[in-house]
Amino acid sequence: MNLAWREIRHNSGRFVFTGVGLGLLLGVVLSMIGIYRGMVVDALTIARTPDVDLWVVEANSRGPFAESSRIPGDTREAVARMPGVTAAGSVTYQSVEATAGGRKMRLYVIGYEPGRPGGPAEIIVGRGLGRSHFEIVADRSSKLVPGDVVTFGRDRYTVVGLTAYHVSSGGDPAAFVTLRDAQQFQAELDPAAVRLQAARGAGSGSIDTVSAVIARLAPAASVEAVAAGIARWKHLSAIAQADQEAILTGSHIDRARRQIGLFTGLLLAVSAVVIALIIYTMTMEKLKQIATLKLIGAPDRTITAMIVQQALALGLIGFFMGWALIVAIKDIFPRRIVLDTDNVTQLGIVIVAVCLLASGLGVRAALKVDPATALGG
Amino acid sequence: MAQERTPLVSVRGVSKHYGEGAARVDALKGVSIDIFPREVVALLGPSGSGKTTLLNVIGCIIDPSGGALDLDGERVFDNGKWLRDDLRRLRLEKIGFIFQAHNLLPFLDATDNVAVALELAGHSQSAARRRAVELLDYLEIGHRRDAMPAKLSGGEAQRVAIARALANSPRIILADEPTAALDSKRAQIVMELLRKLAAEQDASIIAVTHDEKIFGYFDRVCHLRDGVIEEETRVAPAGQSV
Ligand SMILES: Nc1ncnc2c1ncn2[C@@H]1O[C@H](COP(=O)(O)OP(=O)(O)OP(=O)(O)O)[C@@H](O)[C@H]1O
Ligand SMILES: [Mg+2]
Repeated sequence: MNLAWREIRHNSGRFVFTGVGLGLLLGVVLSMIGIYRGMVVDALTIARTPDVDLWVVEANSRGPFAESSRIPGDTREAVARMPGVTAAGSVTYQSVEATAGGRKMRLYVIGYEPGRPGGPAEIIVGRGLGRSHFEIVADRSSKLVPGDVVTFGRDRYTVVGLTAYHVSSGGDPAAFVTLRDAQQFQAELDPAAVRLQAARGAGSGSIDTVSAVIARLAPAASVEAVAAGIARWKHLSAIAQADQEAILTGSHIDRARRQIGLFTGLLLAVSAVVIALIIYTMTMEKLKQIATLKLIGAPDRTITAMIVQQALALGLIGFFMGWALIVAIKDIFPRRIVLDTDNVTQLGIVIVAVCLLASGLGVRAALKVDPATALGG
Repeated sequence: MAQERTPLVSVRGVSKHYGEGAARVDALKGVSIDIFPREVVALLGPSGSGKTTLLNVIGCIIDPSGGALDLDGERVFDNGKWLRDDLRRLRLEKIGFIFQAHNLLPFLDATDNVAVALELAGHSQSAARRRAVELLDYLEIGHRRDAMPAKLSGGEAQRVAIARALANSPRIILADEPTAALDSKRAQIVMELLRKLAAEQDASIIAVTHDEKIFGYFDRVCHLRDGVIEEETRVAPAGQSV
């Protein structure tokens, strides 16, 4: 018979209660891991959405996400003409304060040219932007639905479609509008920039600036060669997609990432101590029964197996409860929780290791106990 | 006639003290006793005289301070140390314990408390349960075989514990007040059972008891006082039923 299982069954109420407690704790650990991963994935989603190879930005800037970047709107045509470039599009990025149905919200407005790179990867509800003015495709995390009217600047935009998981690195829902609309309200919100542009001689009152030009290359084209070609133009530099992603995760959200990472580490350490304590106490309470087992002749193997199996059972129950909990509630978090199978598996392995270590302590105590302890009468 | 055979238990000048210095208690002061197969021996004496200590030394549960111990013709303790490193295996195969407190495992029902000893000795799960039920029936406790220890009366629990002690047909049965929790009818059943076991299995029974009603079931009564055997009384010829 399996003594570990029999003992668990006998004290099932208590065991389940402990398992649920542990599950809550491990749920918190998992959610921290999920928040951490979600943050990285969110930051990358915005940069990966256009599915391009090269970002052309203002010279010496690391834009358009980590730093602001402003380049002339006609850059796109020049980039598109370069050998190896198969598609190019102008994009703008700007955070705005918007109002919808009396509700204020921050939106991360992305302006792009429909038909060129820069638009949302997938529309989950409604349709994409037509060529008309004042339409908007918003991320569903904004809680907007098609037909809603959103006001920013002086204009009213109608929601025509929704995307999923498009947010800024700060967590603001993305909102796609046409490039022309974006440039229009940018000018309204920031007339100084327009005056500056005029002073540079780009034509009086010109609003034709964009944050970046993104380019897709032919499979055979060399990213380095195209980038070097672009860098020869005075006011521009080019960032390869991989470098753009590195900027986003390595520097832009780096501090927040490290903060959460450290906290997750601490939480893991606390959980390890709690698991160890639970298992150790569980064993200490059974010392007299273990002494009895020794007295009737149970070998160390039997006693060790009992303790280790119980420790693993507890750890795994806690782990799966925590996992189930997070999967059940992850959508009510304001920001995305991403649980890769990899991360979950790693945590599972850590839990198993902690349980084994902790049961090692219990086993040591159990093997040391004098069988005479069982007599005590 | 018993003297011609090798004793099953041979205690030679065993001493045992607990603690050191001012706290030192000499529980056994050079005890020697031979117990032969089929003998049923009682240990008698006032509280604190060393009965439990002697029983535990024979059961290889506590380390003697000096002397020698032979079990079944094999020297197991001498010169201050155990000569076997698998004392638990030795206990499993040769020694059955009936404790003063029943010491049943609280998480197993009556049947499994007995079966666990059988499984540890290598019986299959089903064989162990079958034999456990037989033993419980034999001790007239079969109707409580599915009960958890917490639900058993003291006497019922004690009978389950006895069944567990007998499970592997040990040749040495050590009992600390085995009948203290039983009424006189059950006490007699247990003693008859122990006698029968001694006869059929060629076993030795050593029991600590204060229970005068069962004195008649013993071949020998050893009186302990202050850690020494003061006198031995031969009650009935060895191997003969009362
Ligand atoms: N673990 C121990 N540590 C210290 N002293 C002990 C220990 N166990 C027993 N003693 C002492 O050894 C002496 C003999 O104890 P033992 O338990 O053998 O007596 P007993 O004859 O079984 O008594 P009782 O009839 O009360 O059960 C007693 O003085 C007791 O206090
Ligand atoms: Mg005693």
